[in-house]
Amino acid sequence: MPNAIKEALDIQPLVTGGKSVRDVTEDILKPVEAFPTSLWWKAFILALTITVIDLAIIGYLVYEGLYILGINNPVGWGFFIVNFVFWIGIGHAGTLISAVLYLFRQEWRTGINRAAEAMTIFAVLTAASTLIIHIGRPWMGFWLFPYPNERGPLWVNFRSPLIWDTFAVSTYLSISLVFWYIGLIPDIAAVRDRATTPLRRKVYDILSFGWVGSNKAWSHLETVAMILAALSTPLVLSVHTIVSFDFAVSIVPGWHTTIFPPYFVAGAIFSGFAMVVTLMVIAREVFQLKDYITMKHLENMNKVIMVTGLIVGLAYSTEFFMAWYSGNEYEGFTFVNRAFGPYGWAYFIMFSCNVFAPQVFWSKKLRNSIPVMFIVSIIVNIGMWFERFVIVMTLHADFLPSSWDKYIPTVYDFMMLLGTFGIFFTMFLLFCRLLPVIAIAEVKTVMPHKDGGHH
Amino acid sequence: MYTPKKEQFHTFEETEHGVFGLFDTPAQIIDAAQKTKDKGYTNFDCFTPYPVHGLDDAMGLPRSGLPWVTFFMGIFGCTVGFGMQYLTHKYDWPINISGKSFNAWFAYIPITFEFTVFMAGLSTAAALFFLAKLPKTGRKVLHPDITTDKFALWIPSNSANYSEGSVTDFIKGLGSKHVETVK
Repeated sequence: MPNAIKEALDIQPLVTGGKSVRDVTEDILKPVEAFPTSLWWKAFILALTITVIDLAIIGYLVYEGLYILGINNPVGWGFFIVNFVFWIGIGHAGTLISAVLYLFRQEWRTGINRAAEAMTIFAVLTAASTLIIHIGRPWMGFWLFPYPNERGPLWVNFRSPLIWDTFAVSTYLSISLVFWYIGLIPDIAAVRDRATTPLRRKVYDILSFGWVGSNKAWSHLETVAMILAALSTPLVLSVHTIVSFDFAVSIVPGWHTTIFPPYFVAGAIFSGFAMVVTLMVIAREVFQLKDYITMKHLENMNKVIMVTGLIVGLAYSTEFFMAWYSGNEYEGFTFVNRAFGPYGWAYFIMFSCNVFAPQVFWSKKLRNSIPVMFIVSIIVNIGMWFERFVIVMTLHADFLPSSWDKYIPTVYDFMMLLGTFGIFFTMFLLFCRLLPVIAIAEVKTVMPHKDGGHH
Repeated sequence: MYTPKKEQFHTFEETEHGVFGLFDTPAQIIDAAQKTKDKGYTNFDCFTPYPVHGLDDAMGLPRSGLPWVTFFMGIFGCTVGFGMQYLTHKYDWPINISGKSFNAWFAYIPITFEFTVFMAGLSTAAALFFLAKLPKTGRKVLHPDITTDKFALWIPSNSANYSEGSVTDFIKGLGSKHVETVK
């Protein structure tokens, strides 16, 4: 394509720095092949320490019981469900980048899809861990699955949203894991073929399942990637829709609304993309991947954050409008109480972080500024955590004023919130160290080839 | 009507004896594959660092048949997912909740959908593993650069018209600078 047309269409290269195909492999595998930097060690030790403390607290919680938390009679869910919905939401961006953008032939996804999918898997695992602990007797967690048993037989209630959650989250985790790993197989084979020690070669040979790059296998692998993308697209929408059913299927004012499924899905994309921006800004700096995760990638993600921020803002306003327009006094009270009641400060944080902060991205200059996008992405994540907090805190004032009670989180609640970050970052740092963070084979397919081989 | 064909489920064949040549660009390997097919060699394969579009046609590979697996396993998952819930709540463990029907099937949709996706997705991935003969570790790697930036044409000894000398000359004639015999 002539340069003038490229400029007119604002087409920027997806890989900058005049890299050859060989450079791609070498640059991306550098962090995997070299001894980790001191920065990596510091981050890893910090994350691991938080994880270990978190595990100790979980042990104490299991030993003592749920009373050490702030949960009480009207607010029976507390921080755990807030954390669960938050982390599941974080996960969604990975699938959207790898599946939805794949179906729409968005080639810019190739630089970020691998790390985003890894983020999905770790976030879903983190979310699942909070879900298991919050039931109070985690060793009974298998009761959530239907199987012929000796207890009656006692079947699960398939009409319960909590069972829908079980199916949705486990399906989501397995499909995402398979999608991610299938893409990794050829790249792990590249690590194996460059290995310098027999042990390293053996380990990566096992991890690559013995992939050798046959085109007969590639033709099936590409088909599978396409099919999994097509299956994941409705799946990712269904998962957060089902998570929203946990709330929407109840009769609690402020929850029993049809806006919840799309509102939750938009919020998930919003927070997930913010987390991807946070992680990518750090990763491209630490692992010197600026030629692969370019400003164009970051700018596109910022645009998504801005649009979904507007959708979330619309959802907040619609909720308020419907509470007034329905004429339902319980609904009306709930929303006034949300904004001006005892948790009004949380509502204020939610609204300003989610609706106002991303609006800075209307400016191209701010959209392309690393410090601005990094700060906004963190603000958005704080705001989205508070969004779930606000929703769960709706319970504190239900239909009967005699049963109202305030939820005051204890130190254990906060420690376990921090602990989820420890678990997530430990897994993510290990991933960055052991596996290629960018989909090498996919990046190569979107590079311009001198001989004009068509892609 | 479009029906599944056996050729669509082409499998990767193990490399034992034969000759391979390395090429530098996707265009060269597409050209080489086309000529190898025209020359009448069979069972040949190409090894590439990334999927090269257009190579399937050049090699004469039909479109992958894996969507059939997805389709039928999706139907299977849908049936089992719905049946599991229906049989449980209608016959094995009926619970009367606010006088609703035992077969309140609207409530079964989320799990039916999830189970459909689960079965379809995982079976398709399993079919890929079966056809690509994965996992099998300790496989012979023709050349370490194949997973980085080289493209290999492989003609195995069980190909039609195979003779080591003529195959080597043929691959050299295609423009490969590195031709090697594997024994």
